[in-house]
Amino acid sequence: MTALVLLEIEQGAVRQASRSAVAAARAFGDVDVLVIGEGAEAASRLDGVARVLKADCATQAEAVAALLAQLATGYSHVVGGATSFGKNVLPRLAGLLDVQPITEVIAIVDADTFQRPIYAGNALATVRSRDAIKVLTVRAANFDPVAEGTGAASVEGVSGPDAGVDVRFEGMELSQSERPELEAARVVVSGGRGLRDAEHFKLLEPLADRLGAAIGASRAAVDSGFAPNEMQVGQTGKIVAPELYIAIGLSGAIQHLAGMKDSRVIVAINKDPDAPIFQVADYGIVGDLFEIVPQFQSELG
Amino acid sequence: MKVLVPIKRVVDYNVKVRVKADHSGVETSGVKMSMNPFDEIALEEAVRLRERGQATEVVAVSIGNADCQSVLRTAMAVGADRAILVQTDEALEPLAVAKLLAAMVAREEPSLVMMGKQAIDDDMNATGQILAAKLGWPQAAFASVVEVSDGRARVTREIDGGHETLSVALPAVVTADLRLNEPRYASMPNIMKARKKPLATVPADELGVDTAPRLSVVEVVEPPVRKAGVVVGSAAELVSKLRNEAKVV
Repeated sequence: MTALVLLEIEQGAVRQASRSAVAAARAFGDVDVLVIGEGAEAASRLDGVARVLKADCATQAEAVAALLAQLATGYSHVVGGATSFGKNVLPRLAGLLDVQPITEVIAIVDADTFQRPIYAGNALATVRSRDAIKVLTVRAANFDPVAEGTGAASVEGVSGPDAGVDVRFEGMELSQSERPELEAARVVVSGGRGLRDAEHFKLLEPLADRLGAAIGASRAAVDSGFAPNEMQVGQTGKIVAPELYIAIGLSGAIQHLAGMKDSRVIVAINKDPDAPIFQVADYGIVGDLFEIVPQFQSELG
Repeated sequence: MKVLVPIKRVVDYNVKVRVKADHSGVETSGVKMSMNPFDEIALEEAVRLRERGQATEVVAVSIGNADCQSVLRTAMAVGADRAILVQTDEALEPLAVAKLLAAMVAREEPSLVMMGKQAIDDDMNATGQILAAKLGWPQAAFASVVEVSDGRARVTREIDGGHETLSVALPAVVTADLRLNEPRYASMPNIMKARKKPLATVPADELGVDTAPRLSVVEVVEPPVRKAGVVVGSAAELVSKLRNEAKVV
């Protein structure tokens, strides 16, 4: 069996979520990867990659899915990260192939059997697929990414059919940040409504800088305008599992816990001793975050 | 322009689900059921399009057993003009749902299918994309802004690092993300009026669609429970624990 992994490239490097997808796909046998546009060279170095397919089509879902549908007949599995790109493209591919996609996979039991969370992570379902080609998105947090590597997989050009749809790309706005990507960060510092407003939310920045951390936010903090959408951690936001997750002024609603409870070490700072976040935290401090956060930072040195 | 809005009846957002003792699924009997929250957002957007004069009719469609009539009544109370129940007692996967919806699109010929990005029961986030593939239509998933003019939808989409804007030719499938709008509540007069709006029923097997499941559930289990740790007294103690015990800083 051979799996095909849809890679995402950012600034010439393979995104960590894609390297996790390659790691997951190795459970099925050989792994080929598909790169759209630049990045074939970085892809060919990845550990465990047999062959790189390189296409120059548009990166919109319609074109990528059409290309994948054409390539998929040679594969047992088509895999991508459960990123905004993967979640957009791979179900469309499944529609073209007439298979039921299996999204947000957190464990691979065997070539046909996968575990995934349902009900915001309040239950885990193991499902077995009878489709000939399995289409999966996998959660990066649950698969250790393959190394950027020193391999030299062959690179082959491929091209897909015209997707036959009228879609125009009009623009993109990415948040400018020197900090690591939320899903790839070793440390995440997250804030909730306890930070009071957007101005006070910035209190997290020096702490994040000190720890080399990404900054996250609860849904309540995003809804209140303290932080942009893309910082939201939780069921409907980013799923993270860093080495260290520091939850500040954040109560720990179920939908937030669904996005971070697989973190290795969780720290909670909250003035409410009954906040649900303390039920999952390894270390908690009950008190005023506006006093504790600066103390915490000065103790870190 | 007609807008079709698929509506799923799911376990209410506020219910903490319990896994069944035999691990075959989660307990849904005797549990409060509601309209999927992302579908509420999609419906709100469709109703706003009609209120702005950009849509002429909003048709809500649900697929499931007779109990789904209640969410369709709610949809009409919020502003859908009429509703259709595609009736089946089978539990359907997103692929089957998308195929039934494609059959309803062929009957109704909407210019836009406006739907939630995911249902909060199976969290699959797939039906809209599959439907777009089945129809050969453009898709704009995870929408946070939708503007319709001149036969196109201009959609701002949430992506990992921020957002992007696409312009898709109609007909198209758009899926709603959390922040597309704040759905309204149905007012009492509108709930009363909705009782008189037309609700048609179409037996699913009349649509000639293969809805056989592709997945079988091996088991459903509770997630591993994380133990609560310790409450420390000071920032100094916290840093010491993180350094010496957890070894993460």
